[in-house]
Amino acid sequence: MSGAPETALDIAASVRSGERSARSVVDDHLATIAARDGEIHACNAVLDDQARAAADAIDAAVARGEDPGPLAGVPVALKDNLCTRGIPTTCSSRILEGWLPPYTATVVQRVTDAGGIPIAKTNLDEFAMGSSTENSAFGVTRNPRDLTRVSGGSSGGSAAAVAAGYAPLALGSDTGGSIRQPAALCGVVGVKPTYGLVSRYGLIAFASSLDQIGPFANTVDDAALMLETIWGHDPMDSTSITGAPAPLAGGADVAGLRIGIVEELTDVEGIAPEVRAAVGRAASALEAAGATVDRVSVPSCTYGLSAYYLIAPAEASSNLARYDGVRYGLRVDGEDVADMNARTRAAGFGPEVKRRIMLGTYALSAGYYDAYYGKAQKVRTLIIRDFAAAYERFDVLLSPTAPTEAFPIGEKTADPLAMYLSDVCTIPTNLAGHAAMTVPFGVGGEGLPVGVQVLAPALGEPVMFRAARALEAAAPR
Amino acid sequence: MSEAEYEAVMGLEVHVELATATKLFCGCVNEFGSEPNTNICPVCLGLPGSLPVLNEKVVEFALRIGEAFHFDVPERSIFHRKNYFYPDMPKDFQTSQYDSPICADGYLEVDGVRIGIERAHMEEDTGKTTHVGGGGRIHDADHSNVDYNRAGVPLMEIVSRPEMHTAEQAKGYVSELRGILEAIGVSDVKMEEGSMRVDANVSIRPVGSDTLGTRAEIKNMNSLRSLGRAIEYEISRQVELVESGGRVVQETRHWDESAGITHGMRSKEGSEDYRYFPEPDLVPVAPTDAMRATARAAIGELPAARRERMVAQWGISETDARTLVESPGLAEFADATVAAGAPGKDVTNWLSGEVLAYLNETGLSLAVLPLTPGKLAELCTLVSDGTLSRNLAKDVLGECLREPKDPKAVVAERGLAQVNDEGELGALVDAVLAGNAETIEEYRNGDDKLRKKKRGFLMGEVMKASKGSGNPQVLNRLLDERLN
Amino acid sequence: MADPISRADVEHVAKLSRLALTEDEVEHLTRELAGILGHAADIEALDLDDVPATAHPLPLVNVLREDEVRPSLDRAEVLAQAPLAEDDRFRVPRILGEAP
Repeated sequence: MSGAPETALDIAASVRSGERSARSVVDDHLATIAARDGEIHACNAVLDDQARAAADAIDAAVARGEDPGPLAGVPVALKDNLCTRGIPTTCSSRILEGWLPPYTATVVQRVTDAGGIPIAKTNLDEFAMGSSTENSAFGVTRNPRDLTRVSGGSSGGSAAAVAAGYAPLALGSDTGGSIRQPAALCGVVGVKPTYGLVSRYGLIAFASSLDQIGPFANTVDDAALMLETIWGHDPMDSTSITGAPAPLAGGADVAGLRIGIVEELTDVEGIAPEVRAAVGRAASALEAAGATVDRVSVPSCTYGLSAYYLIAPAEASSNLARYDGVRYGLRVDGEDVADMNARTRAAGFGPEVKRRIMLGTYALSAGYYDAYYGKAQKVRTLIIRDFAAAYERFDVLLSPTAPTEAFPIGEKTADPLAMYLSDVCTIPTNLAGHAAMTVPFGVGGEGLPVGVQVLAPALGEPVMFRAARALEAAAPR
Repeated sequence: MSEAEYEAVMGLEVHVELATATKLFCGCVNEFGSEPNTNICPVCLGLPGSLPVLNEKVVEFALRIGEAFHFDVPERSIFHRKNYFYPDMPKDFQTSQYDSPICADGYLEVDGVRIGIERAHMEEDTGKTTHVGGGGRIHDADHSNVDYNRAGVPLMEIVSRPEMHTAEQAKGYVSELRGILEAIGVSDVKMEEGSMRVDANVSIRPVGSDTLGTRAEIKNMNSLRSLGRAIEYEISRQVELVESGGRVVQETRHWDESAGITHGMRSKEGSEDYRYFPEPDLVPVAPTDAMRATARAAIGELPAARRERMVAQWGISETDARTLVESPGLAEFADATVAAGAPGKDVTNWLSGEVLAYLNETGLSLAVLPLTPGKLAELCTLVSDGTLSRNLAKDVLGECLREPKDPKAVVAERGLAQVNDEGELGALVDAVLAGNAETIEEYRNGDDKLRKKKRGFLMGEVMKASKGSGNPQVLNRLLDERLN
Repeated sequence: MADPISRADVEHVAKLSRLALTEDEVEHLTRELAGILGHAADIEALDLDDVPATAHPLPLVNVLREDEVRPSLDRAEVLAQAPLAEDDRFRVPRILGEAP
């Protein structure tokens, strides 16, 4: 097999028309997984039997003259923090090892209702906390382009799954960059939708006011297909948008589009020169296609990292309190229930999770709320205001996605702060609740993928996708 | 100093389970007494990935409470997380309200005294724990088992200001609160079943002081009576403690009904730090004018207004009005009977007398009795038009409380119709007098005292002769006419 | 600037979070948390008295559902995931102390 991988759009078209069987699609992809995942380790679980059964059902529906939907027969990899009934959902943590949810996440239900076929539960940093998938309790996911390097995180498994050809589509979650950063490191498209655009019901929570589910794909159009399948109001999620989302439409026409390169995310120390250069080349390409490009300052982005590392752990410390050994998951016995709770959590959580729970609890504790959590929530307001000012003059913004190419496994694990810096370009979007996506744009100095980030205001997905298509068309091969 | 030289200061925290069909944040049925862990779902069990969605009925009930107790309802109200670990808490945090409750600064009146209510807010209830081993009490238990049916049931927490000073006043507050909550239809407020729970904060201070003393929180009072007993005990305990040189400790104390004392519970290491922060999975509640109007319309007549109306319109006493309004369903029954044509005063007498006594004796509720407002009105008419004497009416009512009969039918069946005919009654009186000539002599020749006695005897004979069916007023008049 | 986090703070926070930490963990967490919080100093320095907090990126209010019964979970499926069950309930070791 050579050339570009099959797109989800092509697969769905051929399955719906009867030209190709869903079963053959699934068998091919399962074979790829079997051949490569021993090395890459993107999957916590491979859903062979379920996928084959689902494929057979779709083929039967097609044979009856029914239309299985826009994702007919398309294999989809699911980050293992999305609840799937009767299928282990672990968050790559010992504390949920083997847990079988009694219900399925809304987005997963929408995928299968559209004919999509869940093919694997993918690896992640434990409870979505990390930027390299090295915090997984079940081992790291290696970058398909270079097995000595990380896939990024926290959705490293989903990014690698798409990059390695396990599935044309994957779902991940993004709290501070956990879809975009691994997508950039693995050379695929990754989207963090506007906060509230996609239901979080069934997504195991990390930081409730920041988490969003989004697609991984090899092409922008495939990402659009998945986003349109999963988005929209969900009565089970009070924070999901109420109106109908504006259609993404098509086209890559950027003539007259005003594009701003965010200084605070592009010119900072820590951004590798090749990455900065890629953003420059991307900007030029868009100019050549008729857009106007300028630099713009969004000053409060500078405080993004600090605010994030107070807000996210604070919410996480509360969201993860329920893992106490009482109702599900790991239990380590103790003399009394409090002792049991403490021993269970000590044994079940890894070091990064413990670090963030401690940090978050502290930031919320008596006497510290105003100085830490309270203040960080005010910084969010500043970031929103600064972005609003920028979007008065520009339609979309541009920046690097990740500061560097994929780094070697083990390089940053000794210093949590160094790891946190991986998210410096992606975090502000989560704090603002806006949309952003990464488009692969060539390679860097080490021959590894580099992604360029397109940012848009809340519900600005249509214009964001338009700019992304233009970038995709202009990307170096 | 003696107890009289101290002033007790009390505030009450009341938790009320709201009578909605479903829980606060999910569609599980809100029902007491189901099989354990059958009314649970990902949301109320706090399963990973679950999210809360607020029940609109809870908001409406909260707004009814806002109206009924003269609360301010701020434009915007949010939920907070109250974080602490306990096995009956599925999420190990309780979704509650902190500094922006849906109701603030209200009051109610007890015997003409206004008691301030600081706030009323929405929150979710916890699961229920059964302790195994050690006699079912938590302290000596070997292990515990948790049922989450109750987890997520909607509660309103109503917190009074510390403005009560006696056990009586506290009981009055709870009684009035209970009556209003029931009248506005938000809860069945049964202390014995736990749908209303009262905790009392009690402190003392020397009379004349205006600083508050250290308070103790008293829990586990399951009836109005134990509330009163517990408060009285606690006040004495605190006075004795202070008098003997000790200091009141801020702690939670448990009321022991059988021993009649409060005792301190095992102290926790350090006070709790709940780390309140706004609930990110819920959006603010902003009560609209339409929402408040709906709540206002749903309330109807409040107890105090109802009592006033009955006193004014029917000429009954405050006490009687209170009796009618406090007993479930009785006031509505009274209104319906008056609407059917009976005088309010008579209706009140029958309901607060015979009927209430019957209900108390049998433990039945008004709703299951065969007596209807129509039938009671009929009874009143039979008495007022002279067909039935008051005494016999009592009997007839008794039968109508037990059997599905009309009063008219009972009167006919048992031949209880009162005789009013002057001719018939006159003949009867004459007959009695004819057989009691001596007594008549004694009457005519006696002093006032003897006359009274002899007349009474004669009247008794007349009543006997008429077998109780003679109209007493007419008989009295006829007798007097013949004697004088 | 707020005091860096102390060892005593770490032990107290561990208790609040129900995490049984080893000696080693307490030590390096004290260092790591102090480092992370030190970085938050840039926020501490800002004067944000007049800035309102953003609890929600979305301007939604009054998201409500109807008071209608929906099916509950199958008890057997749920209890099958319980670490320990007894009498159709979730069994836990003895509880010291009443609920707050």
